[in-house]
Amino acid sequence: MSIDSGLEKTRGGFLARLFGRTQEPEVTEEWLERLEEALLRADLSVSLVDPVMLQVRDVVREGRAKTVPTVLDAVTDALVQVLVTEERRQGGTPRVILVVGVNGSGKTTTAAKLAKRLKDEGARPLLAAADTFRAAAIEQLERWAQRVDVPIVSGRPDGDPAAVVFDAITAAKARGHDVVIADTAGRLHTKGHLMDELGKIVRVAGRAREGAPDEVLLVLDGTQGQNAIVQAREFTKAANVTGLVVTKLDGTAKGGAVFAIANDLRLPVLWLGVGERPNDLVPMDPRAFVTAMFERGREGRPAGRPVRTSDERP
Amino acid sequence: MFEQLESRLTTTFAKLRGRPRVTDADLEEALRDVRVALLEADVSFKVVRSLVATVRERAVGAQVVRSVTGAQQVVKIVHDALVEMLGSEAVPIARAERPPTVIVIVGLQGSGKTTSAAKLANLLRKQGRKPVLVAADIHRPAAVEQLEALGRQLQLPVRRVVDPARDAARIVAEPGGDTVIVDTAGRLHIDEAMMAEVEGIVAATKPHDVLLVVDAMAGQDAVDAASAFHARLPITGLVLAKVDSDARGGASLSVRAATGIPVKLMGTGEKLDSIEVFHPDRLAQRILGMGDVVTLVEKAQEVVDQKEAEEQAKKMLEARFTLDDFYTQLQQVKKMGPLGDLMKMIPGMGQLAAQIPTGPETERELKKVEAIVSSMTRAERADLTILNGSRRKRIARGSGTTVSDVNHLVKQFEEMRKLMKQLGPALRYHGPLRR
Repeated sequence: MSIDSGLEKTRGGFLARLFGRTQEPEVTEEWLERLEEALLRADLSVSLVDPVMLQVRDVVREGRAKTVPTVLDAVTDALVQVLVTEERRQGGTPRVILVVGVNGSGKTTTAAKLAKRLKDEGARPLLAAADTFRAAAIEQLERWAQRVDVPIVSGRPDGDPAAVVFDAITAAKARGHDVVIADTAGRLHTKGHLMDELGKIVRVAGRAREGAPDEVLLVLDGTQGQNAIVQAREFTKAANVTGLVVTKLDGTAKGGAVFAIANDLRLPVLWLGVGERPNDLVPMDPRAFVTAMFERGREGRPAGRPVRTSDERP
Repeated sequence: MFEQLESRLTTTFAKLRGRPRVTDADLEEALRDVRVALLEADVSFKVVRSLVATVRERAVGAQVVRSVTGAQQVVKIVHDALVEMLGSEAVPIARAERPPTVIVIVGLQGSGKTTSAAKLANLLRKQGRKPVLVAADIHRPAAVEQLEALGRQLQLPVRRVVDPARDAARIVAEPGGDTVIVDTAGRLHIDEAMMAEVEGIVAATKPHDVLLVVDAMAGQDAVDAASAFHARLPITGLVLAKVDSDARGGASLSVRAATGIPVKLMGTGEKLDSIEVFHPDRLAQRILGMGDVVTLVEKAQEVVDQKEAEEQAKKMLEARFTLDDFYTQLQQVKKMGPLGDLMKMIPGMGQLAAQIPTGPETERELKKVEAIVSSMTRAERADLTILNGSRRKRIARGSGTTVSDVNHLVKQFEEMRKLMKQLGPALRYHGPLRR
């Protein structure tokens, strides 16, 4: 990750600097410490933060950047660059989306919200309740399916999840659904047999429709820390993850662990979960995501940026 | 959990110990390593900052620089600071003098409240109590059904509510058991309406324990979230959930350091008996690579017949150990849990355990061994020399393996026995079992 490209761009804004930024605060050692704190407190990996801070300190020492907004813009740009990655999804009909992740990350809710969003966009989604392990997980998705008015194919408790996915894809073909969203059981990436089971679900999906699944969405709990990186690596190994969903960003957590994931695995963050209502799943906007990291934290916020008030939750 | 933090710190300390005298630069390097190790383990930024400052201050005060025992002193200073962070004594779950004891479980969404509530009920029943579960999460779809399903599995009563505060209070008044465990809805600490709801439940039920469930994989926000809960509710203990992940668990431990709330329990697996009382002192030792012999011995005592174990150890050292004994031991070890977890508790084995494959392959390998041994007759197990070609073929067929698998196992076992014979006298006096 390099902050130089960001600096290049900012330097070009001659007029802006002449008129708008004459009163800009200078970077101080204290501000640099607060910047580092903001990054670390957002759960950015220390392996990313340390080199960034080294670069920032170099740039400031060499006089290439002097003011808070210049440095902050450069850091923001560098972070945004990390998040900009290519989409990996394949195409096929019905499109098959597998929702995977560790326990409690928000898979079921995400599956339902995604179904709602696709339906609103004019698609004809079908939900598949393939979490046959956790008590009442099927009922939970069924309630959601009712709420967002999307049909559902459910498994039996303790049934074979791969069979549920197979049935759902077959049903989608027969009934003319163009997308299947399958919710799977939460599993810790450390449980070999459960990861094997996930591999089986993927293989069986491919048997129901050549090339399926088209998307494997890994749902990451935004309040989690560095373990998210290990999760992404292990789930990618077992199920070839194509994109990330970061949930629970309506609290004070910032989900900064995804930077290391995007950096190491080149996985795109596609969706953000920002609440409990059906519409609270929004597409990823890298710049807004990075900016929010600096803005939302009350204590970790570096000086020189206004506190957002209008749309901030209490 | 925790093992990677352990291996990071062990490397740092090994580097430091290699120096004849600690210089200022060495100390700073060690402190940098400690900082990175803790941050990578999700220890709260603030806790890391104060811990590093404390260590530096004490190291300077103790004049470790240029001292011959400087490295040792630094290790001790870090150890003490960690122990202070973790707390020392285990804190038990409350028990009211006049029943019922009331326990309210709170936490963020998806942290593991419902599962923890059921596991806690199961644990308390084993201790002779009569728990009653209250499904007070009326917000998440099917949360009530989830707790009811778990209650059915455990054959424990689960009571429903309509108005959480009012109805929970009514159940407390007429519980039908001696311990009432209230599972509440997951909520964000900044969600005013939801926080008011849980305040209402606590006010109405006057709990003896309010347990905050914290995800072992939580990040930097954990301390802020926990502090916000603590500001509104009289939190008396923490439950670390999902400790069976490979998270380094720093955030959940920081909560103890930042708020002073003790960790009481930890959830260690998907099964309903996968819950353990938390022993902070043992954990500090494990993190620092000193092993956790106490837990290991306890685990062994749960499943191993003491007399039988002694007899086997004796046999082993005298090389009278047969495959039959080996098979019995294998069964006992299996009862104690995954091999990798056990290895980590042995002093000095933490590092080694990381190198030993403990994943599904090892478990498969062990299963193969088990299949081969169980396909042998008693006579064969007692005396491997009678294994001729046709016997080996039969064993391979019976166990679904190949003759070369059988040969391999026999050879390995013979070598192990030879090794034991050589090491026997030494092990008897300085063995790992002596403390």
